[in-house]
Order: sequence, then structure tokens, then C-alpha cells
Amino acid sequence: MKAINRRQAFALGGGFVMLTLMPMAADAEVTNDAAKWIEKFTGGKQPAKGKISLDLPEIAENGNTVPLSISIESPMTAESHVKEVMLLADGNPNAGVATLMFTPLSGKAEASVRIRLAATQNVVAIAKMSDGSLFTEQKTVKVTIGGCGG
Amino acid sequence: MADKPRIKLPKEAAKGEVIQIKTLVAHVMESGQRKDAQGKPIPRKIINKFTCEFNGRPVFACALEPAISANPYIQFDAKVEEAGTFKFSWTDDDGSVITAEEKIALKA
Repeated sequence: MKAINRRQAFALGGGFVMLTLMPMAADAEVTNDAAKWIEKFTGGKQPAKGKISLDLPEIAENGNTVPLSISIESPMTAESHVKEVMLLADGNPNAGVATLMFTPLSGKAEASVRIRLAATQNVVAIAKMSDGSLFTEQKTVKVTIGGCGG
Repeated sequence: MADKPRIKLPKEAAKGEVIQIKTLVAHVMESGQRKDAQGKPIPRKIINKFTCEFNGRPVFACALEPAISANPYIQFDAKVEEAGTFKFSWTDDDGSVITAEEKIALKA
């Protein structure tokens, strides 16, 4: 290995600073257009934390089918119900996973699907209520075998 | 898709009861990300929309992306106020639609 000169040392140090300054503290990083999806869904409004319980395995052995369950606290009446829920995976080639549309006839704002995850990443859920308020929740899933390409 | 979708829901429910519905349809859900043996990308072919109606009124719908697993399984709830028919539909990228119906009665 070659000894590093002063200039390279600087570059390295700078890189480290950049890394530590990155807002994503988790070990998964955003690699796709998730931000665009969120922007489109929320219209720029900042969703609040809470109301959503997102159930995903902490470690998924097979990224081809990862069970996902979501339930949102809501009376589900005509006046107050969950309208839409967007599910995103920020480390997949495409951020979109699914958009669930509920009505008061749903009775409960609960659903389960099975999703594909390409790598270890965050799964994000954003719920839009009938009064326009937004809620969000996210979970990190460690993926052993990726579920895309191959 | 020759296979009939599999739908599980109770035969009858009390008025106002919230029931759980489980659906599964056989479909490859080709993501468009994979390549064949010659290295050519395999074109995307997925079910991009699922809907459920009860007596003509929407209950639940779902827009699906390639990140949904093959043979999409969807579970959701529905509130039953009257006897009637659930209509389910799965729309393919190529425009074809798979449909199914299930009846439910009110408990006496």
C-alpha cells in the first residue's frame, strides 16, 4: 500500500465529514426517487409521526416475498377515515410499492401484502386522512437475499 | 391467467360486523428489472390495480407497483351492513382484467 500524501489525507478527511453530516443515520441509504414520490403524495406538507403501525420482519431472508402489515388508528366513519396510504421502499430500483385506498366501507384501516425488497433498506408508509392530515412511519428491514434482478 | 383467484371470506356476517377478506391471484408480476439468458431485459408485466366493491360501492382499492411479490396476496377488511355481493378485479398491464365475485349473507 502506498503512503498517502497530504492532499489525499485531506480528501479522505473531507469524505468522513460528509458521511457523518449525512442526515440518514441508519445504515440503509436512499438510492432512488423516493423523495419525489413523497412530494407528489403529500404536496410538500410534512407528515406527522404516529397513528400508523407498520409490521415488517426485522430481518427478511428472502427479499422476494416480505410480509407487510399495516394498520392505522381511525374510526373509519364517513366524517373521519383513512383515504390513502402510500408504501415506499427507498432502496429498490423503483421507490413505489403500493398505494392503498380505503373507504368507510373498509371498516378498519388495515391491510397486508407481500413485497419485494432489493436490499437492506427503509420501508416508509404515509397515510392521508379524510381531513387532509398526513401521518408517517418507517421501518428498516435487513434483507439477506435481494428480490430484484438476478 | 387460467387460474381462478382464491378469495377467503366468511359466508355470513352480523350486521355492522367488520370481516377480513384474503385474496390471492396467480400472476408472475414480472418487474421489468430482470434479464433473460441473452441479457435482454424481460418486459414488465404486473397487475397494477386491485379493486373491491360491495353492491356497487367501493370498499378497498390498491395501486400496485413492481415491488409487489409474484402471486399478489392482499388482505383487507370490510364492514358488512347488508347482504350482497363483493366484486373483485385485478387489472393487468396489458389491459386484461381478472374478476371474481363472492356473496355474503346476514346472520339471522
